[in-house]
Amino acid sequence: MAQTQVAVQDVSDQLIEKYGYDDHFHEHHHGDKFQTNFITHYIFSMDHKMIGKQFLITGMFWAFIGGLMSLIFRLQLGFPEENMAWLQPFLGKWIVLNDAGIGSISPEFYYAMVTMHGTILVFFVLTAGLSGTFSNFLIPLQIGARDMASPFLNMLSYWFFFLAGVVLFFSLFLSTGAFSGGWVAYPPLSALPQAASGSGAGMTLWLLSLTLFVVSVLLGGINYVTTIINMRTKGLSMWRLPLTIWAFLITAVIGLLSFPVLVSGFLLLFFDRSVGTSFYLSEIYIGGQALDHVGGSPILYQHLFWFLGHPEVYIIILPAMGIVSEVLAIHSRKPIFGYKAMVFSILAIAFLSFLVWAHHMFVSGINPYMAMIFVLFTLIIAVPSAVKVFNWIATLYGGSIRFNSANLFSIGFVSMFISGGLTGIFLGNSAIDIQLHDTYFVVAHFHIVMGVAAFFGTFAGVYHWFPKMYGRFMNEFLGKIHFWFTLIGAYLIFWPMHYLGIAGVPRRYYSFDTFETFSHFSGMNQFITIAAILVFVVQLVFVINFFYSIWYGKKVKVKNPWGATTLEWTTPINVGHGNWPGKIPTVHRWSYDYSKGERDFISQIEPLSEEEKKEGVH
Amino acid sequence: MVLLLTFLCLVLLVIVVIQIGRVSEMAGLIRGEEDVQNDSNYWNSRMGMVFMVLFLFATIASAYYYKNYMLGYGPHEAASLHGVAMDQLFNVTLFFTGIVFVLTQIVLFWFAYKYRGVEGKKALHISHDNKLELVWTAIPAVVMAILVIFGLNTWNEIMQDVGPDEDFVELEMTGYQFGWIARYPGSDGVLGSRDYRQTSGTNPLGQVWEDPANHDDIHANEIVLPVNKKVKVRLTARDVLHSFFLPHFRVKMDCVPGTPTFFVFTPTVTTEEYRQNLSKYPEYQVLEDPDDPSSRMLWETFNYELACAELCGTGHASMRMIVRVVEEHEYEQWLETQSSYYLTSIRGGDQDPFKGIDIEIDPIGEASDEDGSENKVSDSSEEIGFEENVDEDTEEVFSELMQ
Repeated sequence: MAQTQVAVQDVSDQLIEKYGYDDHFHEHHHGDKFQTNFITHYIFSMDHKMIGKQFLITGMFWAFIGGLMSLIFRLQLGFPEENMAWLQPFLGKWIVLNDAGIGSISPEFYYAMVTMHGTILVFFVLTAGLSGTFSNFLIPLQIGARDMASPFLNMLSYWFFFLAGVVLFFSLFLSTGAFSGGWVAYPPLSALPQAASGSGAGMTLWLLSLTLFVVSVLLGGINYVTTIINMRTKGLSMWRLPLTIWAFLITAVIGLLSFPVLVSGFLLLFFDRSVGTSFYLSEIYIGGQALDHVGGSPILYQHLFWFLGHPEVYIIILPAMGIVSEVLAIHSRKPIFGYKAMVFSILAIAFLSFLVWAHHMFVSGINPYMAMIFVLFTLIIAVPSAVKVFNWIATLYGGSIRFNSANLFSIGFVSMFISGGLTGIFLGNSAIDIQLHDTYFVVAHFHIVMGVAAFFGTFAGVYHWFPKMYGRFMNEFLGKIHFWFTLIGAYLIFWPMHYLGIAGVPRRYYSFDTFETFSHFSGMNQFITIAAILVFVVQLVFVINFFYSIWYGKKVKVKNPWGATTLEWTTPINVGHGNWPGKIPTVHRWSYDYSKGERDFISQIEPLSEEEKKEGVH
Repeated sequence: MVLLLTFLCLVLLVIVVIQIGRVSEMAGLIRGEEDVQNDSNYWNSRMGMVFMVLFLFATIASAYYYKNYMLGYGPHEAASLHGVAMDQLFNVTLFFTGIVFVLTQIVLFWFAYKYRGVEGKKALHISHDNKLELVWTAIPAVVMAILVIFGLNTWNEIMQDVGPDEDFVELEMTGYQFGWIARYPGSDGVLGSRDYRQTSGTNPLGQVWEDPANHDDIHANEIVLPVNKKVKVRLTARDVLHSFFLPHFRVKMDCVPGTPTFFVFTPTVTTEEYRQNLSKYPEYQVLEDPDDPSSRMLWETFNYELACAELCGTGHASMRMIVRVVEEHEYEQWLETQSSYYLTSIRGGDQDPFKGIDIEIDPIGEASDEDGSENKVSDSSEEIGFEENVDEDTEEVFSELMQ
C-alpha cells in the first residue's frame, strides 16, 4: 500500500506539472511578503491555513471555558445540597457561604454560567471554531486557490473574533456579574438592569462582544463566498466540488443573510437600554417604579433574534455535515451516495431555514394562525435531513470501511443526528411543543442534534485534516478512546433529559425543590452531572493528543496518506504560503472517484481516460 | 491547596495520556501500519455493534422503566380535555420516529460492521440511485404530511377562543419577579380595567379603582377551578417575560408585558381524583418522608402546580402556585369565602376614589347562587353590567374622574 502511494505522489506532481495552470507564482517572491517574521507568520497572519489554525485553537480554548461552565451549573443541578465551599478559591464571592460555612453557588452566578455556556458554545465554538476553522483551512486548498480572495479581510475576521472573545471574557469579571438572562437575551429581562444584576454592564459587554462577532462572521463569510465563486481552479465546476465546499458556501450565504438581522435586533435593544426608546418595552412596573416605555413588544425582539437564531443552527450543522460527507466517503473508499441529492438537500435546508424561525415562539404569544405555516415548514425540513441520513448510510453500503478516529466520529455524527433530529419532529409540531417548550426535552434535542453532532463533525475534521495542518498524525489509540467514551458519555448525559422534559421539568431552573412535580429526579440529575464530568475529562485526552501531536506526532511520510481525491492532498506535506510551490493543479473530474474500476481512487487532477470520455462522466 | 491539587491532577493526566499514546505508537511501529488498521477495523466495527445493541436496549428499557414515573402514561395522563389529544399526537409521533430511530441506528452500525475494511476486499463503486432517492424522499414527506395535518388540527382546536355564548370561568394571571397574582372577575364576571402606571405596593395589578368592574375583583393566593368547565386564563406580566405552565394540564403560554395573551382549557380531573389515581401505583405508595412513619403517603400530598417556564431572573425557579381542581359546588363555596381586593384593601383608604361615597357592591356569590344551575349558559358580563350596579352618585364621580 505504501508503495502505491509513493507512486501516486509522483504521479500527482507530474500531473500538476503537465496539466497545471502556471500563474507565475514563483516569480512573486512568495513568502517574503507575508511570512517574514514571527508576528506576521503566527499572529497577524494573512495565510488562510494559519488563520484556520488560529480559529481552531481559539475555539478549543473557548470550548474548554464553556465546558467548565457547564460543569459548574451541572454541579448545582446534580448536587444542590453539597458544600461548594471548595470552589471558593476559583469563584470567590459567587460562592455564598451560609452561617454554618456551607457554600453554595449563587443563583446570579448560576444563570450567568448558563448564559455564557450557551453564548460561547453556539457562537465562539460551534460557529467560529467549526466553520471558521475549516472554511478557512479547506476552501483555498480544496478549490485550488493560492489563498482567500482577500487575505487581509480574512485576518480581520479572526481578530474581530478574538476581540469579541476578549470583551466577553472581560465581562466575566465584572462585579455585577456577566449577563445572566439566557443566550437568547430576551427583553425586558435583558433590557432592564433592575431585572437582573447581569443585565447591567454585563449585558452591555455581551452586546458589544456579539456585535464584534457578527463583524467577524460577515468578513469571513463574504470572503468564503467570493473565493468559492471566483477562485476555483480551471475545470472545477460547481458540480465537481467536494461536499465540504458546498456546505461552507451555503453556510456563509446563510450567515450573510441572517446575522445582519441579529445586529438590527441588538441595535434596537441597545436603544431601549440607553436612549429610552420603546421598541421592546411596554407597560413595565419594576423595582417599585412604573417605567415610561409604552407601545413596544418583546415579541418583536424574538422575531429578529430567531430570524438569525434558527439559521444559526444550520450555520453550525452544515459544515459538520459537509465534513462528515467527505470523511465518510474517503474512509469507506466509496463515492458519497447521491452527490446531487446531497447538494440539493443542503440547498433545501438552507432555503427552509429562513422560514421556520417562529417554531421557537409557538407559545410566545404570537397569533396561533401564524404558527401553522411554521409547523408546515419545520416538518418539511425533516425531509431533506432524512435524505442526507439515508445517503450517509448508503455510502457505507458496500464500502471497505477504514475505522480510524475521523471515520468513527463521522459514524457517531450520523447516529447523533438521527437521535437528535427525530426529537425535533416532536418539538416542531406546535401542539406537542405547548408541553415540551422550554423543558429539558428541548435541552436534550438541541444538544444532541446540533451540540454533540457538530462537535463530532469538528472532531472528524480535526482527526482527518490534522496531517495536512501540521504534517503529523494525531495518535489513533487516544483518538479511539476519545471517541468511544464521548459517544457513550454524550448519550448518557443527554438521553435521560428527554424523560425529564416529558415529565415537564423546565430548563434554566436553579433548583427543583420548590416544586413537588419536579423534585423527584435528583437521582437522574446526579447521574447526568457525573456523566458530564467524565465526558469533560475525556475531552482533555483530545486536547493533550492534539498539542502533543503537533510537535511529537507520527510524521506524515506521503503527500496523500488517506488516499483522497481532492486537491489539498496534492500539495506538499508541509504546505507553504500559496499552497502549491509551482503550478496550480487543474481539475478534470468530480471529487468522489473512489474504487472506480481497478483503481482505489482517482485524483481530481487526473484527466479522464478514453473510456471515461465515452461514458460521459462528470 | 485546592488549586495545587487540581494542578497536580492535571499534570498527572497529561503524563498518563502521553505515555499511553507513546506506547500505542510504538506497538504500531512493531506490528506495521496495515496490521494495526485491519485490527482496528475488526475491533471497532464489533464495538459499534455492541454499542448499537446496548444503546437500543437501554433506550427502550429506560423508557419502559420510566413510563409511570415520568412519561405521560398511567398516573401522568393529561388532566385536561385538549391534553388527551396532545398526548395522542405525542404517541403517534413517538410511534413513527421510534420505528425510524431503531431501524436507522441498526442499519448504520450494521453496515459499518458488515463493510469494515478487510484485507484484499475492494469497495463497490456506487454513486447514486435516483429511484432510491425518490423513495426515501417520498416516504418521509408522506409521514410528515400526516403529522402536520394531525398536529395542526389539534393545534387549532387547542387555540380556539371561547365561543360568544359559551359558559366559562374567567381568570387573569399576572406574573412578576417572582410570583403570580391570580385575579377572578367577581360576581359581575368582568375583569376591571388596569393601568400599569397606577401599580404600587397596595395596588399590585394597577387596577383602576374608578372602574366599578374592579370593585368585586378577587385576588386569590391559589388557583381554584371547577372540573369539566372551560377556563379562559388571561395572561399578563408586570415586569419581564414569564410563562404560565401547568404541566399536568398541558398548558403553556408566555406572559408578555404590554401584550396580553390567553389560553383556554378544560380541566377534567379533580385534584382528589388525581390523588386517587396515583394511589394505584407503587411509586406513590410510599411515605412522603421515609424516616417519619406518621407522614402522609406520597399520593396524598399531590397537588397540581403552576410553574414559570420562561427565564425571568434569579428567582425563576420559585414561581410556584398551587392549582386546585374541584367539583363545581365546591368551587362556588370557595368563591363565597373570597372577598374582593377593593373591599379588603382599598375601600376607605387614600387610594379609594369613592372614599366617603356610598356605593353598592354586589356581594360575592349572590349572583351565582340565584341561578347556580350547572348547565346555565350566560354571558355574565351582559347580565350584570356595571351601569346597573352603580348608583347615580358614583356614576357622576366616575364620569368626572374619567375626564
